[in-house]
Amino acid sequence: MSTTELELQEFRADVAAWLQANKPADPGFLLPQTFMEVGDEHQLEFLREWQHRVWSAGYLGMAWPKQYGGGGVEPVFQAIVDQEMRRADVPICFNVIGLGWAGPLINDIGTEAEKAKYLRGILSAEDIWCQGFSEPDHGSDLGNVQTRAVRDGDEYVINGQKIWTTMGNFAKYMILLARSIPDTPRKYDGLSFFLAPMQVPGVDTRPIRKLTGEYGFTETFFTDARIPADCLMGEEGQGWKIAMQTLQYERGAEAGAAGGLAMVRVTVDDMISQLQGVMRDGEPLLADPVVRDQLVQAIMEEKALILGDRRGHIGALTSDYPGSLPLSNKLRASEMSRRMRQLAINLQGAEGALYVGDAEARQGGFWQRAYFNSFSVTIGGGTSQVQANIVAEHVLGLPK
Amino acid sequence: MSVVGNTALRFSDEQAMLLDVARAFCRDQSPVAAVRAQLETAAGYDAGTWQEMVALGWAGIALPEACGGAGLGVSSLVPVAECMGRALLGTPLLSSALAGQLLARAASPGQAERWLPALAAGEPATVALLDDGDWGAPGLALQLDEGGVLRGGKRFVSDATAAQLFVVAVTHRGAPALAVVRAAQLAATALRPHTLIDLTRRAAAVDFSGVQVDAADIIAGPQVVAALRDVRLLGALLVAAEAAGSAAACLDTMVDYLKTRKQFGRLIGSYQALKHPAVDILCGVDSARSFVYHAATLVGEGPLDRDAEIACRMAKAQACQVLSHAGDRAVQFHGGMGFTWECDAQLYLRRAQWCQQQFGDPQHHRRRLAALLLD
Repeated sequence: MSTTELELQEFRADVAAWLQANKPADPGFLLPQTFMEVGDEHQLEFLREWQHRVWSAGYLGMAWPKQYGGGGVEPVFQAIVDQEMRRADVPICFNVIGLGWAGPLINDIGTEAEKAKYLRGILSAEDIWCQGFSEPDHGSDLGNVQTRAVRDGDEYVINGQKIWTTMGNFAKYMILLARSIPDTPRKYDGLSFFLAPMQVPGVDTRPIRKLTGEYGFTETFFTDARIPADCLMGEEGQGWKIAMQTLQYERGAEAGAAGGLAMVRVTVDDMISQLQGVMRDGEPLLADPVVRDQLVQAIMEEKALILGDRRGHIGALTSDYPGSLPLSNKLRASEMSRRMRQLAINLQGAEGALYVGDAEARQGGFWQRAYFNSFSVTIGGGTSQVQANIVAEHVLGLPK
Repeated sequence: MSVVGNTALRFSDEQAMLLDVARAFCRDQSPVAAVRAQLETAAGYDAGTWQEMVALGWAGIALPEACGGAGLGVSSLVPVAECMGRALLGTPLLSSALAGQLLARAASPGQAERWLPALAAGEPATVALLDDGDWGAPGLALQLDEGGVLRGGKRFVSDATAAQLFVVAVTHRGAPALAVVRAAQLAATALRPHTLIDLTRRAAAVDFSGVQVDAADIIAGPQVVAALRDVRLLGALLVAAEAAGSAAACLDTMVDYLKTRKQFGRLIGSYQALKHPAVDILCGVDSARSFVYHAATLVGEGPLDRDAEIACRMAKAQACQVLSHAGDRAVQFHGGMGFTWECDAQLYLRRAQWCQQQFGDPQHHRRRLAALLLD
């Protein structure tokens, strides 16, 4: 039986009403915009409680199987919830590595035991997940992972170091990419993928203080850490393949995420509305022709990104440079976001110099922090410069 | 409502077919040798090519069916214009199309039936809009007096030497009006061709002084103001479509060179100092194309609404900006070769400077956009 438009409309109204009634009050501290910004226990507990409330109401993991804590309904319902959450401007569902990457992976290729063990805790926010891919010496070169996993009886012994582990200090589980077979002819073939517990002896995390002054990532050290052998996902040597599948979820190229608002999106509308009331040379800033031109260009950048998505679905209009729009998406989106946030601060007048913690900072220093944090996207997941190389080589066919 | 507003982008089967056909046609008819062969001719285009375009139905493609057109609207011309821009193909097609749009939008049904079938059948026409050098000028200087006599001239009239029919924007009885003038009515010395920066284009200053316009050839009324505004926006869109095509071709030219030229023992395309700007241009071309086809989605046969106006202005601003940048970098990245007449990069650089000015430069459009978006 297919769901009717009317049912969906009624559902949307129910969700909106629930969000209205359950939207948390302002906690009095600046909340994370993304899951990479959970810096302290206050933020963590606040977000954990919020995600639990959303899940308890049946609004998270709606398309995941019922027996594992999901809702067992069509994905369209979760899409409606996500839209309404964005509209209602509620906090994020922060357990993103579980909800968006590890969860769908386990759902798609995990064993029954893995599904039963992990999925419910991801949704309820009881079990926080982190990702152990990046290593200190080769940020963007994932195939070169050096962390070792050596089989010893019923266990694997892990040695090595990961970096940029989001919420590493809070996480119960890690999706871990490690080398279990040394000296394979192709470096990719020696990698294995683990659903690894974090709270075992030999796993140490050291929070990394970000340029914002806050925390959110850790370095993670494995020193003879022993994890059960059944943490191995799939077979030994399949790590690269599984990691690539995980990245597909991460990039949104593959469906299956539990849903929930993953990040507070910042738009040009937000930037422009925060500028109301700012004065320059005794006139409203928004009347300044130079500023107006900068704002128009920012609006055009954001609009071009959305229109690019639309055009990307039309085959006849993408045949010139196939792959161009998807391959350059991260580059364009992250750079636009960084530029816009920098502009937002520059337009605040003298108050642009105030930072989080100053009572008079505009929106509590939201834009200042957002600008600094935007580098996590222009650097993380392959810097813009590496992205530009990829586009140059794969789309334009330029030599390495 | 978000300031980003309407983001519709649709592409019909007819448009897709036109894109295919036009792409192949322009590639075959207008290889760079053919473009160069026309640079210093008086006409600036090959008559046979123009006849084939007419035979393909392109002269009437956007005109109403009742007047001999295909009734597909300006959105159908956009893919054709993009392909023409890609191949730097001249011909009076776009000038004629804009003259047709101005008539279709402002003339009475009787007048439209008198003029449009000839345009649809391939009679070259053009619009004479610009009094001086300011696309944002509030009024029209060229006067049509009580006796129906024109006093003054126009500048930057595209394809004026080819045109048999001029749709001229004038002030008549204190209000904007249109005068339809046949080439035969002009004095022998009326046309003064401009020496243009873009040698693939032809335009002239036209002195209309003394031309006697029949009452039947005058279009007056409040609809003229709206039609003039719409045609300037449609002009901006068609130039944007051409510019997007030219920018893509310019990028291809640049990339070809980066893949073949060696310096210091390496292909120069391996240097990031050249690679990254090429990617910037690619992203700019992608944006331009998106804006152009978004605008094509929103322009219909009726008056252009606010969303369509925003879309046309954004398309023009983006496409011309990226073409200027692409042309500039293409010359630079060709090194010493880029400084020569033989290098094709200069063709795009010159085209960029022409497109930039036609129907208003990016600053002009962004200024209008600021008022539309921020006030």
